[in-house]
Amino acid sequence: MTAATIIGAGVAGLCVARALLDRGADVVLVDRHTDAGPHACSWWAGGMLAPFCEGESAEEPVVRLGCEAADWWEAKTSAVKRRGSLVVSLARDTSDLARFARRTTGFRHVNGPEISNLEPDLADRFAKGLFFESEAHLAPRLALAQLRASVLADGGAFVQEDADPDEYAQRGLTIDCRGFQAKDKLHDLRGVKGEMLVLSCPDVTLTRPIRLLHPRLPLYIVPRGDCIFMLGATMVEGHAGKHVTARALLELLSAAYALNPAFGEAEVLEIGVDSRPAFPDNLPRIRRDGNLIRANGLFRHGFLLAPAVARMVADLIFDNKTPEVMGETAA
Amino acid sequence: MHDFYGTTLANGFMLGTAQYPSPAILANAFKRSGASVATVSLRRESGQDRAGQDFWQLIKDLGVHILPNTAGCHSVKEAVTTAHMAREVFDTKWIKLEVIGEEDTLQPDVFGLVEAARILSEDGFQVFPYTTEDLVVADRLLHAGCEVLMPWGAPIGSGLGLNNIFGLRAMRAHFPDVPLVIDAGLGLPSQATAAIEMGFDAVLLNTAVAKAGDPAAMAEAFATAIKAGQLARAADPMEPRDMAAPSTPVIGKAFLV
Repeated sequence: MTAATIIGAGVAGLCVARALLDRGADVVLVDRHTDAGPHACSWWAGGMLAPFCEGESAEEPVVRLGCEAADWWEAKTSAVKRRGSLVVSLARDTSDLARFARRTTGFRHVNGPEISNLEPDLADRFAKGLFFESEAHLAPRLALAQLRASVLADGGAFVQEDADPDEYAQRGLTIDCRGFQAKDKLHDLRGVKGEMLVLSCPDVTLTRPIRLLHPRLPLYIVPRGDCIFMLGATMVEGHAGKHVTARALLELLSAAYALNPAFGEAEVLEIGVDSRPAFPDNLPRIRRDGNLIRANGLFRHGFLLAPAVARMVADLIFDNKTPEVMGETAA
Repeated sequence: MHDFYGTTLANGFMLGTAQYPSPAILANAFKRSGASVATVSLRRESGQDRAGQDFWQLIKDLGVHILPNTAGCHSVKEAVTTAHMAREVFDTKWIKLEVIGEEDTLQPDVFGLVEAARILSEDGFQVFPYTTEDLVVADRLLHAGCEVLMPWGAPIGSGLGLNNIFGLRAMRAHFPDVPLVIDAGLGLPSQATAAIEMGFDAVLLNTAVAKAGDPAAMAEAFATAIKAGQLARAADPMEPRDMAAPSTPVIGKAFLV
């Protein structure tokens, strides 16, 4: 029987563990923390399963591979909501909406009344929008917890250890899913800082992710239910420090205020910052060196691409099938 | 083309490094265009604690001249501090000086600009000031030690092109010996050609390439347009005239005068 140790229990590691279990492997998950938490990028994810929207700036594989995500997460967890996503812009930025429409697919144009119909709390605020009906979103922390529970329930083991994947690889098949922590082994990996907020706002109800296009401060807001909203996210070249900058707070909150002034009364529950691991083309990579496989570079597409990356890792291990995102250089 | 603080550039294309879909696409834009200068923002792209060094290394690896900028700075103090950091990180005296005075138009604060230019020039920097087409401000910047001027075409990121043709022509005519760069506001390659035809030495742009659907192709389009402008300028264009001038002989044909 195939046995694998997976280092890193964020969204990449958990999806790989699940995919290997589903193929009949014995898996051990190793992480330096006992539980999922703010140290992991996935903790701070927006949770948008929006491959078509991402196509505005991401390369083609992100759209195609991302289309696997909603079904996968729906099969493995109860965290998925299929309500589509809505893209709007303020009146003076309608040219950004036209550009977004030119560069994406899978949407229909909606007018003011249709927007009001979809999201009554945006009524009379936006005259034009794009509705990506087939997209979905999920609650990331719930999805992580359920996936982890399912891995353990199906015989997977968990070990808390600040492990070195190279050491583990001397003993057997090891998959390094540590994200930015693996930077010392992946010289072309870089961090892209993201900053985000969790708000509580009883005055606003939204049922699907909203993207507010803005030439300087593009914003997304994802409803978590119970009047909780995730607000994100900045993209700054450079790995994150410990704290969010004042500028990021100003930008995120003013964009939320522009979406609906009632967000001015929201309470700020959490402020998050993380370093998304990315390769130069912002696409994921799977690299293999004997017993050691490294899956990394999910950038801002952790929940969107982890299912496809996990599938490819499993296909590599069980079928010796070269993944389409195989790294050019050895691990 | 004039040289820039003693450096002769292979072409008049200065390209920004922000807002690309990925660093790989950014690198490809430089490769296809052959742009000779890369501008890079320290403040916006990196945050504190040298966190941006991976990205900066990618910029260094482009193998072109690096012109760090003080984008996003709203005061003389911020701009001067950022310039010092840039000199250390990129080991260059060049600094593109931006002191933003108005948030909505990103119009330069020309008073702060002149002061920061003086401070930095005295400190050994070679300053490329982002300014307006105002001739008096231009003169003050030269007195403050600048040997290059970079007037805007239009507000940053607007893509409106050359907004004040008269003002820009006047600037070129007033400062025939000063290297002049159109910085900001260009959206289309034809606008870059027009700037070079008018006698500007170079153009600097970022958004028009980075936000194009195919940034590398757009970068190449700008490079080609700049080359067209340089060729046309060197070829001594004809003068416009009010009356038609036939390009084929009319003798022997019936015509009415």
